[in-house]
Amino acid sequence: MPKDTGIGASTRRREDVRFLKGKGEYTDDISTRDLAHAAFARSTVAHGLIKSIDTAAAEAMPGVLAVFTGQDFADVGGNPAGWLINSRDGTPMKEPKRPVLAHRKVRHVGDAYAAVIAETKQQAMDAVEAIEIDIEELPAIVDVKAALSGDNFVHDEIETNQCFDWGWIEDNRQATDEAIKNAHHVTTLELVNNRLVPNAMEPRSSIGAYKESGDEYTLHTTSQNPHLTRLLISAFVMGIPENKLTVIAPDVGGGFGSKIYHYGEEALVLAAAKRTGRTVKWTADRSESFLTDAHGRDHVTKIELATDADGKFLAFRTETYANVGAYLSNFATATPTFLHGTLMAGNYTVPNVYVNVKAVFTNTAPVDAYRGAGRPEATYSLERVIDKCARELGMDPIELRRKNFVKPDMYPFTSAAGLEYDSGNYDALMDKMLEVCDRDGFEARRKVSEAKGMLRGFGVNAYIEACGIAPSNLVGQLGSRVGLYDAATVRVNATGNLAVMVGAHSHGQGHETVFPQVVGEMLGIDPSTIEIVHGDTSKIPFGMGTYGSRSLAVCGSAVVRATDKIIAKAKKIAAHMLEASDSDIELKDGNFTVSGTDKSVSFGEVALKAYIPHEFPLEDIEPGLEETAFYDPANFTYPSGAYCCEVEVDPETGKVRVDRFAAVDDFGNVMNPMIVTGQVHGGLGQGIGQALLEGCRYDEDGQLLSATYMDYTMPRADDLPFFTVDHSQGTACTHNPLGVKGCGEAGAIGSPPTIVNAVIDALQSGGKNVTHIDMPLTPHVVWSAMNNA
Amino acid sequence: MTKVTLTINGKSVSRDVEGNTLLVSLLRDDIGLTGTHVGCDTSQCGACTVHVNGESVKSCTMFAAEADGAEVTTIEGMANADGSLSVIQAAFQEHHGLQCGFCTPGMVMTAANLLKENPKPSEHEVRAYLEGNICRCTGYHNIVKAIMAASGQDVSAIAAE
Amino acid sequence: MYAFDIERPTTIADAVAALKSDEAQPLSGGQTLIPTLKSRLAAPSKLVSLSSISEMVGLSDEGGVLRIGGATKHDTVAKEAGGSHPGLAGLAGKIGDPAVRHRGTIGGSIANNDPAACYPAAALAHGATIVTDRREIAADDFFTGMFDTALEEGEIVTAVKFPRPEASNYQKFEQPASRFAMVGVFVAKFADGVRVAVTGASEDGVFRWTEGEEALSANFSPDALDGLSVSAEGMITDLHGSADYRAHLVKVMTKRAVAAAR
Repeated sequence: MPKDTGIGASTRRREDVRFLKGKGEYTDDISTRDLAHAAFARSTVAHGLIKSIDTAAAEAMPGVLAVFTGQDFADVGGNPAGWLINSRDGTPMKEPKRPVLAHRKVRHVGDAYAAVIAETKQQAMDAVEAIEIDIEELPAIVDVKAALSGDNFVHDEIETNQCFDWGWIEDNRQATDEAIKNAHHVTTLELVNNRLVPNAMEPRSSIGAYKESGDEYTLHTTSQNPHLTRLLISAFVMGIPENKLTVIAPDVGGGFGSKIYHYGEEALVLAAAKRTGRTVKWTADRSESFLTDAHGRDHVTKIELATDADGKFLAFRTETYANVGAYLSNFATATPTFLHGTLMAGNYTVPNVYVNVKAVFTNTAPVDAYRGAGRPEATYSLERVIDKCARELGMDPIELRRKNFVKPDMYPFTSAAGLEYDSGNYDALMDKMLEVCDRDGFEARRKVSEAKGMLRGFGVNAYIEACGIAPSNLVGQLGSRVGLYDAATVRVNATGNLAVMVGAHSHGQGHETVFPQVVGEMLGIDPSTIEIVHGDTSKIPFGMGTYGSRSLAVCGSAVVRATDKIIAKAKKIAAHMLEASDSDIELKDGNFTVSGTDKSVSFGEVALKAYIPHEFPLEDIEPGLEETAFYDPANFTYPSGAYCCEVEVDPETGKVRVDRFAAVDDFGNVMNPMIVTGQVHGGLGQGIGQALLEGCRYDEDGQLLSATYMDYTMPRADDLPFFTVDHSQGTACTHNPLGVKGCGEAGAIGSPPTIVNAVIDALQSGGKNVTHIDMPLTPHVVWSAMNNA
Repeated sequence: MTKVTLTINGKSVSRDVEGNTLLVSLLRDDIGLTGTHVGCDTSQCGACTVHVNGESVKSCTMFAAEADGAEVTTIEGMANADGSLSVIQAAFQEHHGLQCGFCTPGMVMTAANLLKENPKPSEHEVRAYLEGNICRCTGYHNIVKAIMAASGQDVSAIAAE
Repeated sequence: MYAFDIERPTTIADAVAALKSDEAQPLSGGQTLIPTLKSRLAAPSKLVSLSSISEMVGLSDEGGVLRIGGATKHDTVAKEAGGSHPGLAGLAGKIGDPAVRHRGTIGGSIANNDPAACYPAAALAHGATIVTDRREIAADDFFTGMFDTALEEGEIVTAVKFPRPEASNYQKFEQPASRFAMVGVFVAKFADGVRVAVTGASEDGVFRWTEGEEALSANFSPDALDGLSVSAEGMITDLHGSADYRAHLVKVMTKRAVAAAR
């Protein structure tokens, strides 16, 4: 019988009830009687010098309360980069200032140079149109390779468009070069990891309020990590004391990375609230989201794989140009480096890896972490070149991978890219995948497809990712400027129910359901008596939020540690109540019992006693029952998986249909299988979207061509099949208390190469000599590849 | 300003609206029914889907003035009279057909329209009918499954929890 | 959106009168117009809603010719036209999405003549007659270029009359993002010949593929098109497909429409 509650149960989500009844509270749903509205004047050119801005006409428009320009923020700080990367020559990366509003220069289409605050949104938009700006247009810098020559710079003060030129691991470079030079076979592949727009369905929104009486600010905003947002605004951008600023991220309609970062609009509504004395709201329309949300991916890569005659991997070497856009978003420099280069050994025992990444400024929207963040780029490069290698060597692509897998007896395994994998079993994942996908039935299905005039292909992929972001000690050595622990406070109320305040933020992940499953099981109490509090810096301990598949592995571990402390203290109280020694108290099914006796008190009785501490031994036990834990992981976690799919390609039109998809993942222990499966589904949707549909495109003038849903293809229900998802082959994480690894990003990491490998297989089965196609594999792209082959 | 009178979730409502007031603005900003969401400006995401005279429409692509005299149902009007989840809503919870919840109101409204027109839709028919509703979280698997389950079909053979 | 007023006349005469004022524009469902207004690409002073004009709503049989009122919604056509005009009903059932089909109208679509819209292909392939408040216009004379028609200022499409084909079908190859036609081909077979109308492909909007028509008039089967090719000249190139690709798809979709015609 499956469990209904507790660890491992597919408990239905309690948060669903409010969402299903239209009673969620997202930022834009919040209104106040004194509400005013902000609208932004945004650059229509990609690159230009601001000669003058005249706001007089706008200020005189009906309903206008205030107009801001870059000048208003010239003397405050900038939005910083959270990770320092040093170049191969030891010099630090270039960090041009990122202002609240563009000043003197605009650097991408959509770059905001002014803002209007007005009584209504319409009035604010009308006044934006009345702002007169004189811009001297400069040539746009769009192509990452071209950007590195010439003297046209996105940021003139740094006199280059190269942010850094990073090598990983620099000491491995020579050995890698040698291995490639001397190898029996080298497979080379040049590829593009296509730029994506995250497209959380809820557009970004921020509401600033200011209370003069206490000089206090409140920001409601669409954030995955309200404490980080508060820290950035306080310490870097505006100098508001942290204890005078409350940041609240209420219900948030998806993030996928794009809502990790602090954006200028958040600072603007706070400044506007103070200047106007009004509560000021801004909500992006979808077009603004396309132009200004941090985009994802956008790598141009050359990868080489050296093998011996038996197909044993000898070396991977990559050279990547990573587009970071016009400004450094908060984690833009970590994504193409330590979330990418460190994964470049994949699941393999390969002895030599060398990764070179050049990060390049361009006149495009900032690029930062998007679901997977660096790891999809690593996996795509590896798994595409391995597939190509298998074809060149005439080997089965599954066997080639197996030959090089890290084996179960090798853990802990230090990869050639420098990470220490703690657990895994890649062969078991592959075995399970072959079982659940009915590999044996493929040839028969291919014949059926061919009878219809369609080409059918089978694609496979293995991936590993580093999640549970992140061990502060390690990332600090690597350049991170923040800690990446998380925190939880467990508060047992006198009447025995609980509030658990967590630093993680739920915007679809189901924390309100899963964390109570864990705490309820540990305490032996009904999870429905446990309430999760998140998203409000005035209520929760300082945590780092939700991204990088970290909520359970990091914040969940803090929840466990805090609950452990609750249990320890509750045992003391119980011991006092039962006149026994602490060490004799056992907690079972919600009762504290003196070992070997029938003397017991219930959890509820202990809770009440904690707050009515009559006859308490105050020298030993403080009143109250509330504990906080900060948890900093010892290592990353390493989810892994084996994915496969079957596609049908229409040779007349190039249209690809995904017929079957199987994902077998090792997430370690699983707390709520229903939610984990749902997370994989969502990642697969986005990964298949990247492979087949989604492409963010700028033209040579830096105009965004894919700027609405009319031109940026979002996956729809009829683009995707039912998925087969399995996580029965988990190997527990060895270094966190729940043995969990994280599941949020896996689907988006593992699926793009699976799809492309399958399409190549289909085309080759139809006699087309196509060895690679850059994503997205739209009908036109596939048709062109077939006809040029 | 035009005066419009319409029935929203069974209650008669009158308001003065501008010509350019969208139905979704009337619902969210004037009436305070914020369960209907806005996710795009090109009429594609479907987060704003409501029923007008029993048919699904995108309330971001209809003027409030054109709803004069209409019966409008929003997500807030979809639960059972006692406040419990309707069959479709309950199926979305049972089958984990939502994550962040932002597209969910539109999905439920569209699903209700589908099942009215087609009480036992196939997987293909469900997917086709959801063309105008975009979800970024679920990969649609559990949404399709939930709608099929709500139609009374056995979905136990469809993979996963 | 900029500010404007909305009027909701209940007769064609009142609508025509209302459209006489400066910068007035008809609103016939608004599934294209409203997004345009939202992006501030148009600034009418007044919108005249045609949705309350009952004489412009519904399907009727006029001696073997199907007359569809200009304010009839796509969903209605999809559900009611299939008996006599299965190709047309199939086309209407795939415009936009269900919610769009509950608002969008045939008159609005025809009058807008979006180069990727579906209805113009149906009208042209049927040799339909566009009925306006003041005259009747043959489809061959009505569509005069991308977003351009023979309509005069203030003239509204009150109905479209479709003769009944012996067999017909519409095949739409969708632009992946918008789901508009990247290439849509309507094939209609009449006693006096076959008409093939193509939407989505050409910079000049909907057009007839006359070589295809000749071949199919002689032999109504997909094979009849084998020796033909479609020129890429004047075809649209955009993010989603080149002119060559669109030209190629015209032939592929025509063959499929012929194969599926009934």
